[in-house]
Amino acid sequence: MGMTITEKILAAHADKDRVEPGEIVDCRIDLAMANDITGPLSIEEFEKVGAKAVFDPEKVVFVLDHFTPNKDILSAENCKKIREFSQKYKIVNFFEGGECGIEHALLPEKGLVVAGDLVIGADSHTCTYGALGAFSTGMGSTDVTYGMVTGRIWLKVPESLKFHCYGNWQKWVTGKELILHILGMIGVDGALYSSMEYSGEAICALSMDSRFSIANMAIEAGGKNGIFPVDDKTTAYMKEHASRPYKVFESDADAKYAQIYEIDVSKVGFSVACPSLPSNVKDAGELGGTHIDQVVIGSCTNGRLEDLEMAATILKGKKVRKGLRCIIIPATPAIYGEAMRRGYFQIFLDAGCIISPPTCGPCLGGHMGILAKGERAVATTNRNFIGRMGHPQSEVYLAGPAVAAATAIKGTIARPEEVL
Amino acid sequence: MILKGKIWKFGDNIDTDIIIPAQYLAHTDPKVLGSHCMEPVAPNFPREVKAGDIIVSGTNFGCGSSREHAPIAITALGIPLVIAKTFARIFYRNAFNKGLALLEADIYDLVRNGDEIEVDITTGIIRCGTKEVTAKPIPPFMVELINEGGLINYLKKKLEG
Repeated sequence: MGMTITEKILAAHADKDRVEPGEIVDCRIDLAMANDITGPLSIEEFEKVGAKAVFDPEKVVFVLDHFTPNKDILSAENCKKIREFSQKYKIVNFFEGGECGIEHALLPEKGLVVAGDLVIGADSHTCTYGALGAFSTGMGSTDVTYGMVTGRIWLKVPESLKFHCYGNWQKWVTGKELILHILGMIGVDGALYSSMEYSGEAICALSMDSRFSIANMAIEAGGKNGIFPVDDKTTAYMKEHASRPYKVFESDADAKYAQIYEIDVSKVGFSVACPSLPSNVKDAGELGGTHIDQVVIGSCTNGRLEDLEMAATILKGKKVRKGLRCIIIPATPAIYGEAMRRGYFQIFLDAGCIISPPTCGPCLGGHMGILAKGERAVATTNRNFIGRMGHPQSEVYLAGPAVAAATAIKGTIARPEEVL
Repeated sequence: MILKGKIWKFGDNIDTDIIIPAQYLAHTDPKVLGSHCMEPVAPNFPREVKAGDIIVSGTNFGCGSSREHAPIAITALGIPLVIAKTFARIFYRNAFNKGLALLEADIYDLVRNGDEIEVDITTGIIRCGTKEVTAKPIPPFMVELINEGGLINYLKKKLEG
């Protein structure tokens, strides 16, 4: 019996010939990451165990992206704690200020993750890097401390689910619409403890940015990781961003899957996840007339160049509906700079949008766009749980960038063709 | 070990934004985190829950973010155990790392809010009135880790040894 790409990466990092789903393996890690929310707890545990050093100062990463630029005194203290720790232990990849972006957009862009890697991060959306053909998964601060100190982590080998995608994409439909469509199909625990593996011609047709969006939301189905095959687009991306060698793993033809889903992407429309679960998916066309107070285009799911390009194309020459706030958050300084050079910023400003520095900010109700009681947002983010973006009686609809931009113009949930 | 307490029922998909909303995540003090536990759905919960009480939930308890603040908030209120039909995977690891016991059992529809419940953590036998259910055994690897005093103690011994 063959192995899946996930099983092969885990086996390689456990120095074994093969692994089976359900088996507990002790793996080497290539990177351990934490942010300004989870980092302080990791550091507390680090001090508790009396560790003297991290396993490799180049393979421990801190990204101060959640409550930054510091939203209050406590956040500032947390960042200071991580800054001092990073200085003390000579952490090479410490990101803050103008070097900082949203972690899951930043790490691939900086070339810190490549195909074949095994990455753990104290953030649930660490699964994003699967787009590069790496195994990556989110954990708590304590597990990540263990990784930071030892360079190893225990993992249970997940079963794999295969999502084989074929057909032609509809205009404006991206990876975000596909992952929302899948969440609607399988539910928020439809991939519990499992690996979500993607394949097929429709996946090869997707940009890297769209693949990152899909891998990012594996956790929203309860998945352990999301993972993509390495193709020309992946290697071109790594060539542009990384200098480290990479290793390509491929699923065997006779690899075992707990389930195989066949998806015709030509049937994927403008998926929107209604409050208060990412699986509560309807088509934007069914939600016409839903009044919206705020639109957020950004986050580790959809704050990349493709997302901003789509938003700019739709918003060009248009105005954001009076009374609606539209917040645009480029995910990293490089994306920010490129969006500016391409003229997207002028389009956004002319339309009446707010342009935020890179931050997780409103996605988790942190800052930079909190909702009041009774307010509704359309966001290109990843969660719409109760109170996620502010007051427990506010609501979040999750969408792709085209629906978000169209909604900003119309003031009610809209498909792009309604405003163009 | 036998635990006895009053049941607090929460439904399916109790996510970490419910267990501890992100607006409090700059705090690391367990007392502060505990005082906002379950706030979006049960604002009085932190004041009314008693040490030793037990949470009973449905599927996918702890879904969402990786924040360890979630099990910390629950244990800060003196809650030693959550029983749910299923748990989200990151929360599962975090809970054991933070000294919160979890048992997988489908008892949500068998019990009422406020019922007294008795749980033998070792055998997984759950008694509520005349009803008796046996939880899925805790995986042997997790039992080993618990017997070592948890991941951090295990690491500490490893570093000292």
